[in-house]
Amino acid sequence: MASPDDLTGPKIKLFEAREKIFPKAISGNYRRLKWAIMAITLAIYYVTPWLRWDRGPYAPDQAVLVDIANRRFFMFAIEIWPHEFYYVAGLLIMAGIGLFLVTSSVGRAWCGYACPQTVWTDLFLHVERLIDGDRNAQIRLQRAPWTAGKVAKRVTKHGIWLLIAVATGGAWIFYFADAPTLARQLFAGDAPFVAYATVAILTATTYVLGGLMREQFCIYACPWPRIQGAMLDEKSLIVTYKYWRGEPRTHGTKRAGEAARRPETDHGGDPQPGVPSLEPIDVAAQMTARIGDCIDCNACVSVCPTGIDIREGSQIGCITCGLCIDACDEIMDKIGRPPRLIGYSTVADEFAAAEGRPTESVARRLFRPRTIVYFLIWGSIGLAMLFALGTRQRLDLSVSQNRNPVYVRLSDGSVRNAFELKVRNMQSRPREVEVSVSGVPGAVIWSANGSRANGASTLRMNLPADQVAKTRLFLAAPEAGPARSELTFSVRALDAEGGQASQTSFFERPEAGQ
Amino acid sequence: MADGKRIDEATGTSTVGHEWDGIEELDTPMPRWWLYTLYATIVFAIAYCVAYPAWPLVDRATHGVLNWTSRSAHAEEMRTEGARRAPTIAALARIPIERLPEDSKLLDTAVAGGASAFKVHCVQCHGSGAQGFKGYPNLNDDDWLWGGDLKAIEQTLRNGIRQPGNEETRTSMMPAFGRDQILTPAQIEEVVSHVLTLSGREKPSAASRRGAAQFATNCAACHGAGGEGNRTLGAPKLTDAIWLYGGDRESIRQTIHNSRNGVMPAWGSRLDPVTIKMLSAYVHSLGGGEDFVPPAPKPSTAAPSAEAAATAARTKNGKP
Ligand code: SF4
Ligand code: SF4
Repeated sequence: MASPDDLTGPKIKLFEAREKIFPKAISGNYRRLKWAIMAITLAIYYVTPWLRWDRGPYAPDQAVLVDIANRRFFMFAIEIWPHEFYYVAGLLIMAGIGLFLVTSSVGRAWCGYACPQTVWTDLFLHVERLIDGDRNAQIRLQRAPWTAGKVAKRVTKHGIWLLIAVATGGAWIFYFADAPTLARQLFAGDAPFVAYATVAILTATTYVLGGLMREQFCIYACPWPRIQGAMLDEKSLIVTYKYWRGEPRTHGTKRAGEAARRPETDHGGDPQPGVPSLEPIDVAAQMTARIGDCIDCNACVSVCPTGIDIREGSQIGCITCGLCIDACDEIMDKIGRPPRLIGYSTVADEFAAAEGRPTESVARRLFRPRTIVYFLIWGSIGLAMLFALGTRQRLDLSVSQNRNPVYVRLSDGSVRNAFELKVRNMQSRPREVEVSVSGVPGAVIWSANGSRANGASTLRMNLPADQVAKTRLFLAAPEAGPARSELTFSVRALDAEGGQASQTSFFERPEAGQ
Repeated sequence: MADGKRIDEATGTSTVGHEWDGIEELDTPMPRWWLYTLYATIVFAIAYCVAYPAWPLVDRATHGVLNWTSRSAHAEEMRTEGARRAPTIAALARIPIERLPEDSKLLDTAVAGGASAFKVHCVQCHGSGAQGFKGYPNLNDDDWLWGGDLKAIEQTLRNGIRQPGNEETRTSMMPAFGRDQILTPAQIEEVVSHVLTLSGREKPSAASRRGAAQFATNCAACHGAGGEGNRTLGAPKLTDAIWLYGGDRESIRQTIHNSRNGVMPAWGSRLDPVTIKMLSAYVHSLGGGEDFVPPAPKPSTAAPSAEAAATAARTKNGKP
């Protein structure tokens, strides 16, 4: 970064142009792992909306459905109503704590493998390599004049990117409506406008984020690297360059050959304190007597999807995708040195290794108080939610007293109050229920479309499936009694499954003498 | 200070030139795409100013080439909404009011529309909950001066009460028995006693028995021999618990002395028939609405509750 020219005088730059990155293709264990995770995550994303789940004739048969119009969320056997949104909140909290757990045990694994930004960027990079060739060919093409061939390649590449982007946006909307129906409408051109708008917006974001912004999103826009920076400690797994093995760097395989003959024990005699230095050059100056394993081939830099040099130490740009590990292992194999000059390791282990002390076992590193506490919190939230889900009532009642007017005197002298009743039937089938009231002697209830003449002490209601039945209910009682008395409405299901709910409210009368 | 700019060696970036306690600030340039985003917002702002009203002038703002105004946008929305409601309005205009309950969806719509219209036209007298006030009937209860089925309510609404010049208006006239010296104060006192016994507020006494004779002569013609009221004449039932002008001795005395002749506007001349239908449906839905019974000969003592007329004092809540 610091070039001698920079030091000649302050030069104010209005903007920092992006340095385009051309990551090189690589094969290896981590690359294979990334392929596998990409296949799984994309499959989940595209297939989920098409899974069916039979819920009977009154509810949709889509396994996972966010039904915004009817305000229901279906997930296999679970149906969530808007007032149960705390389950979603609970899931989000679990996701948050789960990320803490993952980060403190295996570092930025989310960033490296499962984050949509990573998965789609990876996909777009593969398309780019398919059309333009690998790193060197891409760089050549970038510098080449605009010939017909270059134009054709560019058009093809962006075309395929856009197709992927459309497919991405297109799959998203199927989570919000019946997938087969919406797919038919989408192609017939009579899907709702919001569906097309959503596809268009997501196409644009996918194309821009995966094709154009790529690593800039992680570095400039995403809050997660900052949070993870705070989450990581010296025992978290990160991708690490083993400076104590690699430094001082040699150039070319010849001197590496000499290094190969060097006894292994040399590594222990590192005169440097075990601190990963940001300035390896200084280290090198003090270590001229030794020859490190790193041959400065830059393979690790050229494969990095964020274009950083891991040898400068752990940094915000590193998403721990492990590709530089694959790259360096390949080199170490060629020059006959042991693999994992770059590898997953912890800061604490590297201190220990540099000083020749034994490193911690994997089990001890994973099971430490911090991860155990995270796991316990995460697990108990999950258990509590499962318990709540298992015991929740699918029938609910809410009552509000009509306050304008509070009471009405009837011609026979009795007093009438009105109540708004909402009975939630959260089962996907119609149910018959009985509403009853207690707390006011002599009370007679009837619904607003009935009449007092056929009022009784209870009221039957037929609840439509999976809906809130609303009714205005009148309650008349003799004039004599307290000005305000508490009463309880109860609703009881009349089918075999049963279940009941109740709520208290008030019955009011004119003050005596009015 | 500002001349203290220098290049920071570690990063190669210029500093902004100031320094506090040895702490300097780097003048790190923005990413290019960020800067372009800023330019894009500027372009958008200019385009917006050209397209939409933006610059305030003395008595108006610049028009913008799209000629957009919030007023025309509102008019457009109202037009759309009007078109959407047109079929419902037409259906309401077609259906005879007494048959409205057959179409429960239309009825619900009418009740909702009536609730809105009520808030504009009726709350001034009847109150926002239609609970009424002294002299202004409570529309929630089951007592009606002029009839409580949909058709009767609609007729009352359309033609009003005691509206001179309206042929069909609800009308009747209670004499001012005291002011016009039809009865002496002592006789009025006896009639009050009798009226109070009709609803069981007082025990029969010698005075009330004397009052009963006066009642038979002067009041029974409208209020009925037993005080059961007469809806044709808007004569309130005197045997129930509802008293439009107050049911205590003093209020009844005043009512008999001065008479009571409440009025209500004839809304037929101010509102369209559909709005009146919706208002009728709303009032009918409040809890006291009665079923429509096709008239036998003529709606004299129509509807379920029979009433007897009596002095004006007890007009309970009807729907004037
Ligand atoms: S430094 Fe290595 S692990 Fe980090 S992002 Fe680059 S290639 Fe991936
Ligand atoms: S790939 Fe390995 S040997 Fe090559 S520069 Fe990177 S760390 Fe050094």
